[in-house]
Amino acid sequence: MNQSFDIVIVGAGIVGAACAAACARGGLKVLVLERGPIGGGTTAAGMGHIVVMDDSEAQFALTRYSRNLWQDLRPQLPDDVEFDACGTLWVAADEEEMAEVRRKEKFYSERGVRVEVLDGKGVAKAEPNLRPGLAGGLRVLGDAVLYPPCAARFFMEQAQRHGAEFRSGEVQALLPEGGVQLRDGTRLSAGRSVNAAGACSPALSPGLPVRKRKGHLVITDRYPGYVHHQIVELGYLKSAHSMTKDSVAFNIQPRKTGQMLVGSSRQFDAEDTGVDQQILDRMLRRAAEYLPSLGNLVATRVWTGHRPTTPDKLPLIGPSIESDRIWLATGHEGLGITTSTGTGQLLADLLLGKTSLIPAAPYAPARLAKGEAHHG
Amino acid sequence: MNSRAHEFEIVIVGAGPAGLAAACAAAENGKRVAVLDDTPWLGGQIWRGEQAQPAQPGAQKWIERFRRSGATLIDQTSVIASPRPGVLTAEHPSGGREIRFQKLILATGARELLLPFPGWMLPGVVAAGGLQVLAKHGWPVAGKKVVVAGTGPLLLAVADGLKKYGAHVVSTAEQAPLARVAGFGLKLLLAHPGKILQGLGIKSRLLGVPQRFGVWPVRAEGDRQVRSVTLTDGQKTWTEDCDLLACGFNLVPNVELPLALSCELCDGFVRVDKWQATSVENIYCAGEPTGIGGVDCALAEGRIAGLAAAGRKDEARQLFAGRARWHRFRAAMAETFALRPEVKTLAADDTIFCRCEDATFGRVKQFSNWRDAKLQTRCGMGACQGRTCGAAARVVLGFGMESVRPPVLPARILSLLTISSDSTTIAETKITGTNQTL
Repeated sequence: MNQSFDIVIVGAGIVGAACAAACARGGLKVLVLERGPIGGGTTAAGMGHIVVMDDSEAQFALTRYSRNLWQDLRPQLPDDVEFDACGTLWVAADEEEMAEVRRKEKFYSERGVRVEVLDGKGVAKAEPNLRPGLAGGLRVLGDAVLYPPCAARFFMEQAQRHGAEFRSGEVQALLPEGGVQLRDGTRLSAGRSVNAAGACSPALSPGLPVRKRKGHLVITDRYPGYVHHQIVELGYLKSAHSMTKDSVAFNIQPRKTGQMLVGSSRQFDAEDTGVDQQILDRMLRRAAEYLPSLGNLVATRVWTGHRPTTPDKLPLIGPSIESDRIWLATGHEGLGITTSTGTGQLLADLLLGKTSLIPAAPYAPARLAKGEAHHG
Repeated sequence: MNSRAHEFEIVIVGAGPAGLAAACAAAENGKRVAVLDDTPWLGGQIWRGEQAQPAQPGAQKWIERFRRSGATLIDQTSVIASPRPGVLTAEHPSGGREIRFQKLILATGARELLLPFPGWMLPGVVAAGGLQVLAKHGWPVAGKKVVVAGTGPLLLAVADGLKKYGAHVVSTAEQAPLARVAGFGLKLLLAHPGKILQGLGIKSRLLGVPQRFGVWPVRAEGDRQVRSVTLTDGQKTWTEDCDLLACGFNLVPNVELPLALSCELCDGFVRVDKWQATSVENIYCAGEPTGIGGVDCALAEGRIAGLAAAGRKDEARQLFAGRARWHRFRAAMAETFALRPEVKTLAADDTIFCRCEDATFGRVKQFSNWRDAKLQTRCGMGACQGRTCGAAARVVLGFGMESVRPPVLPARILSLLTISSDSTTIAETKITGTNQTL
């Protein structure tokens, strides 16, 4: 077998596509295999929020680094990616949540991320459709939104311009000697394979600690100006942190088209793609607590998707525990759109033996080896 | 205040011919029956306006019979989802509704197929059936020069209707060749003398209107309004002046609700057995969604579905022979008005393919399937949810159909909520600061 590729990436979601772009730019010979459309899985199901998060230092480092990379890409992004630097507005319902606003402000400011604290009046002025009487909020200025399927395609095209190859095909197995075997029996050889199959990655890497976490989204008809920021309730942190129960949190995103995406829900052990009426109900009622007129807007579609979740909420980037020939770029939970850029760059740096701008160790799959799988 | 949850033995979606016939058959056999319809009227699209302005005896007969049958009409109610078996959620102007059923009959009808061609977005280029409805409702067509183009038996009916309202019908252009249409006419005459007489009745009013066969539109011209249409017969090409271009390329079935209920399709139509039962237990389907067959076919299927759902299989069986006759008519119609390849290639690269999302044909055709095209160009993702461009993409690009996600029709967020005692907790508050365009 001729070893014609340095790496074969399985999955052309936004993470796989961004890895392909970074690796091809770095001079590696790349093949990408995808069984469905480019950016058609979790990428198409998600919101497309470019957001700096502060759940842990490692999460902050990767999200900020990734957001910077997005900012650098901005002049090159085609119109259909619909990049809009609308910022994030974290809203605080009460004084307890205001304390969280101030903690976040300190955290971000100390690390050079531009934020503004708003009081109740400031929030009402910034977003008049929010219910009156909110305690305040935190505006994160550099955050943005975009349309993920077109962003994935943009990365794939960039990769192809640097010599990467894209093929449609379903991978059955990642071979221990590098390369992959397709469903039809074909074997493709490569120095290394990269499992970037997102929510489906455990099917190719049995035992991988990636679980599917189902989410629901609603898209509305066009109401330009109804909201101006991606608005997220601070209660979101409480519910997103709970790793056991089904949860909902208010999260709304204005699209450049005037449409809005309304979320969010999180459910484990719900492998099906059907709309769960009970969760949808809770999710929309929660959103309407924050936007009292929301019920009158017209919804055009409801759908679901699955986030690939790891036990410590950090992605898996680098060689797998089992084999240096099988690498991982998966487990991005609900942050894959943001962290795709950083993931691609880290993966390429690791493969090329270059020093990365941020340490890659916190995302190394080896951290989840047996006995170390506990997280704080 | 009315209770928001309703329960019936048999629920029928659609109050057109198939739905009315099904409702009568079931209700006359003592079943508790409800018919849901989007509009405030009985009769569906084909008999639209018959309730207010009776014109067709056939329609009157069925509307009267429905009124005497004891079936309930739940009007202005659009089904948006089926959250669990035996339950439909629906939207009414006053709010959400939950409707429970033991058996369900889907009689969702059909809509016009609109094919994109250069200039089809110009004001004045309208759907043929749509224009007829507008004219019926008083939209002024008197004195307007109209070209009616496309295919199917509806074209002549539309031309006839427009003439009745005083339009100057310049010509009709039927893409099917004369030989095929004439052959269809002959078959029709032999099998259904009544139908051809109805056809002749139309023709008498259309005397003097050039009726062209084997002719189709290639583009509409005009700056801010259509001024002319260029037609071709494949050999020569010419232009006709018009104020309105009424276009329709026959009908496509409304299979979105059947799909949302997991009913299996076959060649784009709902698959049913001899009892009109779908692949899903306790769900039946009748009329255009099972095949474009026209009013009489829909009536025959509707009655069989209603009887079968009411457990009157012996009576239903008596109607099989009649239905078979209409199924032969349906097959002949499909063959006669099959689209010629040329009308599938009318769109230019810069022709808007999806009107909701402004996706051009040049962009959409780069993709090999509907899902890819949707994700990358957003065609079919707008307010109409691909009802127009999705159907066109199936015809023009051979794309398949995707599963249907709720809501089946755009609906207020309030209507998506489960109906419960606290369903009014979301206040109907005013929206501020938004300029609702489009």
